[in-house]
Amino acid sequence: MTVTVHYFARLREELGRADETAELPTESISVGDLWRHLHGDAPPERLMVAVNQEQAALDTVVRDGDEVAYFPPVTGG
Amino acid sequence: MAVELYSEDFDPWALVARAERDIPAEARGAASVFVGRMRDFNEDDTVTGLFLEHYPGMTERELERIVAEAESRWPLLGCLIAHRVGDVRPGDALVLVATWSAHRIAARDACSDILERLKHEAPFWKRERLADGSDRWVEKNTPGF
Repeated sequence: MTVTVHYFARLREELGRADETAELPTESISVGDLWRHLHGDAPPERLMVAVNQEQAALDTVVRDGDEVAYFPPVTGG
Repeated sequence: MAVELYSEDFDPWALVARAERDIPAEARGAASVFVGRMRDFNEDDTVTGLFLEHYPGMTERELERIVAEAESRWPLLGCLIAHRVGDVRPGDALVLVATWSAHRIAARDACSDILERLKHEAPFWKRERLADGSDRWVEKNTPGF
């Protein structure tokens, strides 16, 4: 499966990239396990996540072609 | 009902006046408007500029979802959210939330609810430029102010 991953704000700067493509040998993976696969450690505290541009959680299931985003707490308004 | 993002300074009161033209005056007994502007201070520091990052696509969808949920809770005649993105200067409008209803409680409560949800759920992130030229990400919105 192929997944598009986006990072925003402080997370984007700390990781040094805004986007990446993840190729995985499985048919599905949770948002939290995708983070572990990409970064080798547990997701940081207070991490917010989205799948296909909708709010999601670390146990949300990701499938081929999905768009996943990781970002810090939002501060708009 | 409208959600609008602006990459340059916008006049919130002109947007309110424009939106009102689409709602019959004799029906809209109540309008509630919130305008948030960029301050030149935060946490005791002088702030000279702000960069507002967003998630193109999801930001609009989240704002539209927030409006739809407000419409399902209150009998609204109109609703407008405008939000700034990109580089902002002190005094510029950051956010406009305007709601119209037949009566005051629905307009006022919906406006307040939309604003609070926007601040906690919509994907926007502020990075401040300080007087000494350094930058810092705003970690959280000021609670309860």
